[in-house]
Amino acid sequence: MSEFEPKITAFVCNWCTYAGADLTGTSRIKYATNVRAIRLPCTGRIDFMLVLKAFAQGADGVIISGCHPGDCHYTAGNYHARRRWVLFRSLLGFVGVDTRRIKFAWVSAAEGAKWADLVNETVAEIRQLGPFKQYQELLALRHQPIEVA
Amino acid sequence: MEELRAKAKELLAAGTVKVVVGYGEGSDKYRARAVFVRKAEQADKLICDARCQQNLAVYLTRSEVKAMGKPAVVARPPAMRTLLQLAAERQLAPGDVVVLGISADGKLLDLPDFKAIESYVATVPMDWESNPELARLEAMSSEERWAYWKEQFSHCIKCYACRSSCPLCYCSRCTVECNQPQWIFAAPHTLGNLEWHVMRAMHLAGRCIDCGSCSDACPVGIPLNLLTQMLAREVKSDFDQVAGLSADSEYALSSFKPDDKEDFIR
Amino acid sequence: MMETRILKKQALGTLLERIRGGGFRVLAPSKNDGHVVFKEVATLADVDCEAIQTTLSPKAAVFPRCEELVNYTFTAKNVRIEDHEFQATPTVLFGVRPCDARSLAILNSVFAWDVKDVFFQKRLEATTVIGMSCTKADDYCFCTSVGGSPGDTSGSDLSLTLLGCGDYLAEIVTEKGRRIVSLAEDLFGPAGKVNKEELLPKIPAKFDVKELTGKLPDMFTRNEIWAEQAMRCIGCSTCAFVCPCCACFDIQDEASRQGGTRLRCWDSCGHGQFTLHASGHNPRHSQGDRWRQRIMHKFSYFPDRLGYIACVGCGRCSRSCPADMNLLEHLESLVEAK
Repeated sequence: MSEFEPKITAFVCNWCTYAGADLTGTSRIKYATNVRAIRLPCTGRIDFMLVLKAFAQGADGVIISGCHPGDCHYTAGNYHARRRWVLFRSLLGFVGVDTRRIKFAWVSAAEGAKWADLVNETVAEIRQLGPFKQYQELLALRHQPIEVA
Repeated sequence: MEELRAKAKELLAAGTVKVVVGYGEGSDKYRARAVFVRKAEQADKLICDARCQQNLAVYLTRSEVKAMGKPAVVARPPAMRTLLQLAAERQLAPGDVVVLGISADGKLLDLPDFKAIESYVATVPMDWESNPELARLEAMSSEERWAYWKEQFSHCIKCYACRSSCPLCYCSRCTVECNQPQWIFAAPHTLGNLEWHVMRAMHLAGRCIDCGSCSDACPVGIPLNLLTQMLAREVKSDFDQVAGLSADSEYALSSFKPDDKEDFIR
Repeated sequence: MMETRILKKQALGTLLERIRGGGFRVLAPSKNDGHVVFKEVATLADVDCEAIQTTLSPKAAVFPRCEELVNYTFTAKNVRIEDHEFQATPTVLFGVRPCDARSLAILNSVFAWDVKDVFFQKRLEATTVIGMSCTKADDYCFCTSVGGSPGDTSGSDLSLTLLGCGDYLAEIVTEKGRRIVSLAEDLFGPAGKVNKEELLPKIPAKFDVKELTGKLPDMFTRNEIWAEQAMRCIGCSTCAFVCPCCACFDIQDEASRQGGTRLRCWDSCGHGQFTLHASGHNPRHSQGDRWRQRIMHKFSYFPDRLGYIACVGCGRCSRSCPADMNLLEHLESLVEAK
């Protein structure tokens, strides 16, 4: 019986986390392979709808990571992102979405090890939680004809 | 009521405004509707009672109303907050609109400028401070809440009455209608509906002044104002900002403090 | 002369059981959080028999709010269409008001016009309508102004009318209605002479629809009338979606690199972008233009092209409109306009 392998989408900023993840590789640190990284210029550019899109495409979990506050390449992008996540997380929690499915982190270009830890822990936790049934169940129902009110 | 009509007559007769956007008798004794009075003698159509709850500020950003010339608008506290928020978003300049304020207990208020409106709305408590329905939902477990909202969103028919009735949804091209790229599902299935309401709530976070028009407008009775209200309360508790209290306020999502709370970021 | 029977009050619940036992899904007016809507019911207890009208019409049973038209996969150089035979669920719509029953023929005239819409046709074929005559009306109802009546049987396969004693007069209108009766012959007794008219509410016509349809073509250019009427309209789709006669739809493709699904969903001419061209030009760019379209389509173009007034006077649009537009008032005002 094969174990469930979660699909994780990671939205990361180019200057810190993406570089950090590069460092993980060049340092030859092995880590879970379940993550598809999507590089953006800055966490400030991460629209919450991208997270919804990731889930709609079948992701079981999402990682969002960027520069530490104060270190943003564009000065303040991550401050704006942080506010957005506070509210988005509250909203998702309020509608009953399991917010453990979305992990937020600050990973700098020097934190190759932290990136590996972050990914490994996230994958382990999502593996425990199982496939993202809430979203996937609704995805499967999308094309059923709606013949009642 | 008489005071309001007299004031409206005065404004129209003097040419100070070209139209008074107010309330008139509706289809039956339970309803009032928006009226657009352009002649002083028609000001007797204006009413003001407990039926008059629609946020009339929604008409101020519509091109057909703008084309009539300078308006006066009958504004209860939620509409007053709307005007301040519209001003903060540079959709209204001082002097663009004459405000016929109606206090929480139904009296006509003299509100000559935004400062006067700010002083008044500061005295009116926000609904989210004591909404039992909000508390009821928050007391539920995450699974119960999911079941609740999944059920509610399954009924949404995507009529967009929530968007159309919201005075702060004035975008000429709504994100849901963009298909290059298609950001969220536009179809009226439960997932599409959930994404739509999450998107709209997020686009109103820090801007919603909690008038409840969205819920009132919804033909199938989904309590949409709970989503926007919950976020309005979060914006207050997390960032100490409240929309609609000042014509110069900053938008919570385009401002920040270096020490904004973060207890969930690794 | 239509065949009539009597269905005893206490037999109504059993009739529903027999219908379900006969393999039908039963959709009926049922309470849902303060609103009454058509949904699947298991027993008579789930049915709301008191409501004058439901919030949403039963049109979703034949014209779903959202449905899959076709599925496709992208192959190396092509697109493969997954063509599967569409099967409609045998359905009985129970407790349908005469106005709604009439609306099915109106919808059908669109979906059987130049192209026979297989999805609509199959659903209509699989649907049996058990009508329920009205015992009361409210000020939003105006069926008699548009050629209907509270006891009209057209569109119903079996029509029930409540008698003073609580039993029902059952009129077998079509073969489909007869098949329903044959599932429960023992529940239907002979009907004597029943004066049906006496049992129905009196709804005087509020305006002359012929006069309206006669006037409308010349009113197309009366922009000031349309603008004035539409002033408080906020441009949502509530009226179109609750309307049993509105059939406009949007096509949505939900696709990925591998393939996708083409969906059909409800749409409305009330939206600003309904007629927005790719060039940026919008022939109906003001709400007045869009309101004019709504009226002209229902009361002028539709009768002209398809022979029906595309309105059955159910009043739903006016009850649900967030801006209290009130269609009836506007129609009366158009008839009176110089």
